[in-house]
Amino acid sequence: MSTVSWITARGLFGRRRFLMLLPLPAVLVLLAVLCRSLGVDPGEWAPPVLVGLGLAVVLPVVALIIGTGVLGAEIDDGTVVHILTKPLPRWQIVLPKLMVAAGVSAATVAVPLYVAGVLADSARLGLALAAASALGALAYSALFLALSLVTRRPVLLGLVYVLIWEGLLGNFVSGTKVLSIQQWVIALTDRMAPTALLSTTVSVPVAVVLTALVSVGFTVLAIDRLRSFSVAGETS
Amino acid sequence: MTTLDTDARPAVTTSTLDLVGVSRWYGNVVAVNDVTMQLSSGVTGLLGPNGAGKTTLLHMMAGFLAPSRGTLTLDGESTWRNPGVYRRLGLVSEREAVHSFLTAKEFVLASAKLHRLPDPEAAARRAIELVEMTDAQDRRIGTYSKGMRQRTRVAAALVHDPQVLLLDEPFNGMDPRQRLHMMGLLHSLGDAGRTILFSSHILEEVEQVSGTVQVMVAGRLAASGDFRTIRRLMTNRPHVFAVRSTDDRALAVALMADPSVTGVELDKTGLTVRAGDYGAFTRALPKIALARQIRVRQLTPEDESLESVFSYLVEA
Repeated sequence: MSTVSWITARGLFGRRRFLMLLPLPAVLVLLAVLCRSLGVDPGEWAPPVLVGLGLAVVLPVVALIIGTGVLGAEIDDGTVVHILTKPLPRWQIVLPKLMVAAGVSAATVAVPLYVAGVLADSARLGLALAAASALGALAYSALFLALSLVTRRPVLLGLVYVLIWEGLLGNFVSGTKVLSIQQWVIALTDRMAPTALLSTTVSVPVAVVLTALVSVGFTVLAIDRLRSFSVAGETS
Repeated sequence: MTTLDTDARPAVTTSTLDLVGVSRWYGNVVAVNDVTMQLSSGVTGLLGPNGAGKTTLLHMMAGFLAPSRGTLTLDGESTWRNPGVYRRLGLVSEREAVHSFLTAKEFVLASAKLHRLPDPEAAARRAIELVEMTDAQDRRIGTYSKGMRQRTRVAAALVHDPQVLLLDEPFNGMDPRQRLHMMGLLHSLGDAGRTILFSSHILEEVEQVSGTVQVMVAGRLAASGDFRTIRRLMTNRPHVFAVRSTDDRALAVALMADPSVTGVELDKTGLTVRAGDYGAFTRALPKIALARQIRVRQLTPEDESLESVFSYLVEA
């Protein structure tokens, strides 16, 4: 593990807000277990639990908390200066942080989604959900990490994207679904484990290309912004 | 007191920070205005009141802000968007943010590793010893006092033995003993050929650590050089001396006749003499006293402090 990854992971697990991540995945698993044990038809509970809660809330919110935290928290408290005053190309700072953010987000979300997928349908759906949500975690993390470098309110902007763009507009304006990470994750899951429980209008090639584009594009943007990172002086 | 072990290391290559016409503004606010200076080996104090632009200037030197105008280079290389300069440059920023979940040892060692030093353990150990934090190095930084955190940050900034060290208000939060130690450390580093620049708004700190000052007032470089020289050059300002002699009244009359003297006050404790020209007055006084057979018992420049230099500059 690189020194930047090590500091990032220590910082992430050392902050209290990491504890905020735990209830959401727990609720997801609990609801799935409850529905399954009560014998509710998966056709009724799986879409709202897997998509409505798992992919529309748990995945983006966990990725938002972690993605804006790995660099944004250090920018907020000023500790980022210690890492920036090192002769490291900036990609060697951004990439380890992105890997930690995506890795921890994926681990936090993939396990409960796997469990819920198994309970709803099959191990194949569980694995597909875990794999697709890991890719989604990477795209979300790249987006939110870049947001923490382009705005002082990355959490707010991230929430606007997740709640307004993906959550609200996605229901009324179908075109917005093309630019929705949530829909890409659904498309990828459905490709890996075709099921009637999930549906999306986004095609798999579009989902693959856009996931890659967003992951790479926002990472490049973050690296470039970090190169020009400014610390405000006393006068500003 | 720990001093820098200069014999144990290779000779230091001197680095030079060059600022030519550097300005920085935020919208309509000019934080730094047309500053030109060259910093080479030795300790230099960057003096000025809060809001004078010291931190902005230090951030530009450290590559954390782009100058709006002018050029700023370290050994000919721009510091902006150039992480390579951190091989030769260390920064201790004013904000005392440290990774509080790490111990000092972990923190300094992480810095050494990020610098890709050949023996990070040894470098971290040496830097921690240098700031006298060895005993507390295994405690979490979050449990430290402000002064201890500051010393830990200095250790992290020194771990790669930089030729240039920039410190923003480094004495903040330090007790007198820690302060003395830090002053000694900065002296050692300066004597060993490093370029040290530290900012302060406290005059005594600059006076004790550095004879060379760069004085900033309202974003401008108001004065530059040896602070006593700066004071003497300001001949249009009165210099105040306390004088005690065997006959204060007669000496007062004689001094008033001398062109270097602009005013004399006589009270129970002696004379307060205002001189327009420092050199002319200090040369004339012995002659005047000798001619009238008056013995001068005490001659004290009352305002030969950075505070007076500073207040004159602010007024000007």
